[in-house]
Amino acid sequence: MRLEPISNAGPARKLLPPVLAILASFVVAAVLALVAGGDPFAVFGLIFKGAFGSKFALLETLNRATPLIFTGLAVAVAFRAKLWNIGAEAQFYAGAVVTAALGAGAIGLSSVFLLPILAITSALAGAFILLIPALLKTRFKVDEVVTTLLFNFIFLLFVSYLLEGPLKDPMGMGWPKSARLIPEARLPRIVEGLRLHWGFALALICAVALYVIDRKTTLGFEMRAVGQNVEAARFAGIPVTKVILKTALLSGGLAALGGFSEVAGLKGSLTLDLSPGFGYTGIVVAMLALLNPLGVVAAALFVAAIFVGADSMSRAIGVPTYLADIMLASALLMMVLAILFTKFRIRRD
Amino acid sequence: MEIIDILLSVSFWAAAIRIASPLIFATMGELICERAGVLNLGIEGIMVAGAFAGWFAVLSGLPLWAGVGVALLVGMTFGLLHAVLSVPFGLSQHVVGVGVTLFATSTTFFIYRVALPEVSSPPKITAFQPVEIPILSDIPLLGQALFNQTSLTYAAFLTVALTAFVLYRTPLGLAVRAAGESPSAVAAQGLSVTLIRMGAVVVGSGLMAVGGAFLTMSAFDSFFFEMVGGRGWICIALVVFGAWKPGKAMLGAILFAAFDALQIRLQQTGVGAIVPYQVFLMMPYVLSILALVLMSRRAEVPAALMVPFNKGER
Repeated sequence: MRLEPISNAGPARKLLPPVLAILASFVVAAVLALVAGGDPFAVFGLIFKGAFGSKFALLETLNRATPLIFTGLAVAVAFRAKLWNIGAEAQFYAGAVVTAALGAGAIGLSSVFLLPILAITSALAGAFILLIPALLKTRFKVDEVVTTLLFNFIFLLFVSYLLEGPLKDPMGMGWPKSARLIPEARLPRIVEGLRLHWGFALALICAVALYVIDRKTTLGFEMRAVGQNVEAARFAGIPVTKVILKTALLSGGLAALGGFSEVAGLKGSLTLDLSPGFGYTGIVVAMLALLNPLGVVAAALFVAAIFVGADSMSRAIGVPTYLADIMLASALLMMVLAILFTKFRIRRD
Repeated sequence: MEIIDILLSVSFWAAAIRIASPLIFATMGELICERAGVLNLGIEGIMVAGAFAGWFAVLSGLPLWAGVGVALLVGMTFGLLHAVLSVPFGLSQHVVGVGVTLFATSTTFFIYRVALPEVSSPPKITAFQPVEIPILSDIPLLGQALFNQTSLTYAAFLTVALTAFVLYRTPLGLAVRAAGESPSAVAAQGLSVTLIRMGAVVVGSGLMAVGGAFLTMSAFDSFFFEMVGGRGWICIALVVFGAWKPGKAMLGAILFAAFDALQIRLQQTGVGAIVPYQVFLMMPYVLSILALVLMSRRAEVPAALMVPFNKGER
């Protein structure tokens, strides 16, 4: 068996495999639903209804998609340059920590000034968190997958320490949570009366901005060149190390904005369970989007719908919510395979 | 000094060996994969699956060793998934590995919930018990630490010897190492790089799962969701620390476990009263990163690690 590149791939060749990959993940979920004793069609019906069936459900899906757009963008921009950032979870929390620390009264300014300050300092914190593994990669050739993964554990313990120590809410009845943000530090709702905050809009703006950077700027070109072939990029005179470090700053900053948005927009304070694995799910989102920034928005909405829908389905008929996680993990694996089939065909020797 | 009292106590070294055992299994598994040229980031999820599978098999009435066998088979199944995607299809080993970890972890949690819907705390099994080896266990300090452990710990050390023997003393081991160093030379000998690499990933993944099973069947007697807690990623660091050599990787695991046992004990001393406990819990992960940085200057990494092999392509 041998893989042969396809020189002139038509639109069918480019679109069919990814569509089949998504469909296949539904088949996996259907089989698991049967295993758990649920009727697959009822399960999918309930997931759909739970995600889109009412105004409340739809807003819940958009709220859940917001942090996933940020982490999905963070992973997509990094993976494009073959910087394997698996640490979006830690960077997300870095943004959340900064927002919780500075937004609870430490800085007394009006929203117009305070919110940009919180967003920027959060992004800087996330960028710094990823800069360490990126420097270890460029200086010492230490694989960033392992270091970013290990950082996730280190940083979560750090957050746990903060919530039991310096950031602990004195009014929190001993519960490990931070003090509530002052009203000036809260992201307002986009439409009064609808439970959807400006974090969602910020996520969309970031997606468009990243798309523009990717397509229209030198940095975007350089990041793709480094991702496609490091040696060729170096030979062509691209400053590879600088490009990797810039990518790291961008990626870490984006993930951290997710933490800022979640604390300032949705929750209003920091707890240890702020993220149910948004950083890891960001990898799934980015891969389903074929690493395209605008695709990330669509993929995040899809993934959020599956999660929100599965929660409500599970409450109704008791099939475990982990069904959603399996479905998305298998979608990830099948999508990488599908991407291969958009570019190669199998030949028998 | 409290620290010297700790270092001279039998219980400390016995704990170090106990903590090292699952790491040794999984590190050997990862080492075999990487020697053949495949980075297996499925390790964390495969350990979770193994931890559950072994424990659940015993809970369902199988004998302990059959439970270990079930864990091995489950690990090999997930290994086959990784191998198919990463070897013949040559997909990014990073993405495939993370995908396998997510898939194995979520599948395990799903099956746990389906199989045990009503329980609030997981049931316990009768785990492996320490077996005292006569005469050897009478050696002061080391005897009780090394030779009063469970059979699964002895099996971990046997696995190291076996891995070293196969890798360095058999034609199969030569082929595996060559597949990771110079795959085109292997193909020139008429051997299939694809099959060798897939075999290494499948066998290595089986060992990872046994490492996971050690947690539920020897270290503890029950299954918890977060019990693997990053041990898989630590094993990847241990392979680098051990310069891809079984003996050195094993010593690395024991050294690492000794630090872990030490931090647990230090938490109960005067130091632990001042320093927040999270700092102690961070130590394993910080040490792993330090180990990676310290060892990075030695270029002993298999030359074809993470390089897919496509026949007829140079």
